[in-house]
Amino acid sequence: MKPIKNVSRRSFVKSIGLASGGLILACNTSVFSDKEKAPENLINFNPNLFVQLNSDGSVVLIASRSEMGNGVRTSLPSVIADEMEADWSKITVQQAVGDKKYGDQNTDGSRSIRYLFEPMRKMGAIAKAMLITAAAQKWEVPETECTAENHFIIHSSGKKIGFGDLVEIAKTLEIPSDEKLTYKNPKDFKYIGKNLKGVDVAAYSNGDAIFGLDKRLPNMKFVAIARCPVTFGTVKSFDKTQALKVAGVLDVIEIPKISKPFGALGGVAVIATNTWAAFKGKEALKIDWDFGENKVYDSEKYMNQITENVHKPGKVGKDVGNVNKAFKNAVKTIESTFQLPHLAHAPMEVPNAVAWVQGDTCEVWAPTQDPQSARKEVTDYLETTEDKVTVNVTFLGGGFGRKSKPDYVVEAVIASKVINAPVQVVWTREDDIKHGYYHTTSAQYLKASLDQSGKVTGWLHRFALPSIVSTFQPGVDYAAGFEISSAANVPFDIENLKVEVGQAPAHVRIGWLRSVINIPHGFSINVFADELAHAANKDPLEFRLNLIGKDRIEDTQDPIKYNTARLKNVLKIATKNADWGKELPEGHAYGLAVHYSFYSYVASVVEVSMKNNKVKVHNVYTAIDCGTVVNKDTVTAQMEGAAIFGMSLAYYGKITAKNGAIQQNNYSDYKMIRMNEIPNVFVEIVESTEKPTGVGEPGVPVIAPAIVNAIFKLTGKRYYNLPLSDFDLV
Amino acid sequence: MITLQINGEKHTINVAPEMPLLWAIRDIVGLTGTKYGCGIGVCGSCKVLLDNSPVQSCMIPVSVAEGKNITTIEGESKNLQLLQNSWEELNVPQCGFCQPGQLIAATALLDKNENPTDEDIDEAMVGNICRCGTYQRIKKAIHRTVELKKQS
Repeated sequence: MKPIKNVSRRSFVKSIGLASGGLILACNTSVFSDKEKAPENLINFNPNLFVQLNSDGSVVLIASRSEMGNGVRTSLPSVIADEMEADWSKITVQQAVGDKKYGDQNTDGSRSIRYLFEPMRKMGAIAKAMLITAAAQKWEVPETECTAENHFIIHSSGKKIGFGDLVEIAKTLEIPSDEKLTYKNPKDFKYIGKNLKGVDVAAYSNGDAIFGLDKRLPNMKFVAIARCPVTFGTVKSFDKTQALKVAGVLDVIEIPKISKPFGALGGVAVIATNTWAAFKGKEALKIDWDFGENKVYDSEKYMNQITENVHKPGKVGKDVGNVNKAFKNAVKTIESTFQLPHLAHAPMEVPNAVAWVQGDTCEVWAPTQDPQSARKEVTDYLETTEDKVTVNVTFLGGGFGRKSKPDYVVEAVIASKVINAPVQVVWTREDDIKHGYYHTTSAQYLKASLDQSGKVTGWLHRFALPSIVSTFQPGVDYAAGFEISSAANVPFDIENLKVEVGQAPAHVRIGWLRSVINIPHGFSINVFADELAHAANKDPLEFRLNLIGKDRIEDTQDPIKYNTARLKNVLKIATKNADWGKELPEGHAYGLAVHYSFYSYVASVVEVSMKNNKVKVHNVYTAIDCGTVVNKDTVTAQMEGAAIFGMSLAYYGKITAKNGAIQQNNYSDYKMIRMNEIPNVFVEIVESTEKPTGVGEPGVPVIAPAIVNAIFKLTGKRYYNLPLSDFDLV
Repeated sequence: MITLQINGEKHTINVAPEMPLLWAIRDIVGLTGTKYGCGIGVCGSCKVLLDNSPVQSCMIPVSVAEGKNITTIEGESKNLQLLQNSWEELNVPQCGFCQPGQLIAATALLDKNENPTDEDIDEAMVGNICRCGTYQRIKKAIHRTVELKKQS
């Protein structure tokens, strides 16, 4: 990369990228990587790394984040196109490889739009400014007399010229300084804030979309890997005789364990001419494992242990006022204990990667949420430099956090290097369920006090759960700050509040799964608040609005402020849309929950019935305030999907371990919500000009507690543990 | 040698007769629109039409599929095409991975039932998992397809 000052005035192609930290740099790079040529016979103009305008008027826009159903290949380019005044029908979207020049590409934490909305606007504004300058030069008129509109530059006299016809001049221009850039008034947005159809919907519907599993290279071998049933166990010895007899099996090799957060688990790999032969060969292996210290892991006993740990004082995470005094002076105290199991991501597309190591270079094609992290891991393993490693991002058949951990990419690179051929490592579904980065399991104890009027005077929240940090720093056995904040930042108007954490060592790899810590905390806080409403003999909605209290900005030590008015607003919208308080059909009841996560505010009301002791969710009314919306249809779709994701974990989500081995196998015993179980999901998005905040995850945490609260309303029985299938309710 | 008739084309392949049709289609014939999701016939990602009936191709040995007409997502069928149009209109897919299997299941439904109820759709689609949770739009898109067919 070259700094701006080194770009000559006559430089043929100029580009601006987003270095980490948002610093703008220029470099001579086309939007096309070396291997993919730009369309021949077209002259093109690259004002920055994200935009290429060709002389026929066609535009290529770069999507730097990964597409996994989040709609990011539509939303990010639409922001550029809007600000550039480009005609959406002339746009094609190209996926960026993993490279720091694109800025942060890690597609998780619900932050693609949050981080890139303004930078993408800027990419569009730069292109627009240069096209205006080009037209002004061509016409020899002041730039101030020219405007951009729908792929044309228009002069105040009425004459106009198409974007494509300005390429020759535009490409000779200097990149304008920030002060020269002008931005649209949000009321003039054409794509932002509207319903835009996904750019890939046709390819998804006709089978053309290439996911990681669909990548093919000439002479590519297929690889399946047997990994130790117990996390971090190792191979003592193995017998490959029977595996080699399977038709199509070419070789069997050992994969070393790499003790890094995203390193390979290690195991025995079967190399074959097709996936099925690799799978069959793997089944035929005889392996003697050294299970290692995690073989003691029994998730049932572990739950008892962490539950004991929350029934005694823990480390203090937050302490305001004096909860003990509040409890002592209370008219009534309520206490409850919650227990939630591990979860697996189980994206429809299993982890997989294609890798080809040739000499000191390596090229990877993978469904990865974080191609830069994959590139770093590959570079480290090969002991080379990043310029020798190319990571291409395919479509992801779901991610949910699993595919931000590139352990499976490292496995493919190891196999390719050993056998000196291109390989595709394919996990079986059983591998995916048994060797994941699991959502934490948790025990939580909540205690609160009420005064005579039913007002909450004290709130103690104590929890123990193996931390995500344990994956990065083995031995860490208490929750970290980011795992405490969603409990510590409850937006409740309570004078005495204390949060404590109990000890919880990890025995499996702990990862982040769609909405992360907000699953356990969103569950316990919402169910407990409903319980307090009942104890106070108040309507859950009225009680909750009072509990949140007056409009204010909460001091969350965060640059994005937590506004209780916005929280109450989504609760009011969801309950209004559900017509909270109306008479429901006999045997039906509403439950509600509201939660703030990833800086967005979400409330859901669910309508549940019970028949023959089985739960059915009929309707879900969700309201979200995520600030400025880029693609309304994507936000709607994410809320619809989040309702189903939340229902799956509420109904069925449970990963257990015995003697260190995960007991579930496949979608047969790690079940998902199916078509016959779905509710109608009604979504309202709050109109807002606030900064954009998270969308992919915040819809999940409210669903399970809302269902449990509705079940209480119907039956008078409160369920503190999930999944509901454990109680034969589904 | 086994000869498979896929989307009207004959493919003669040299594989074990017990190889599941899924892997023959994906790895040998090279049509990757049919997906692997579970390998045990519970998720529907691998659905294809076998003589117009929806089957989970991960559970069907190639020897059983020999001599039958196999239609994959890359194939042609009137209802499939109409459903694909509705999928686009209603922006059904999120990650898109399960959608070929969903579309094949929906095609089989409309092939035998011109006017399915919600319950018919539930029954026809219950074998297909969508982890993104696009079910509601899938259901709407099936109804939309029926509506457009009636109008035409």
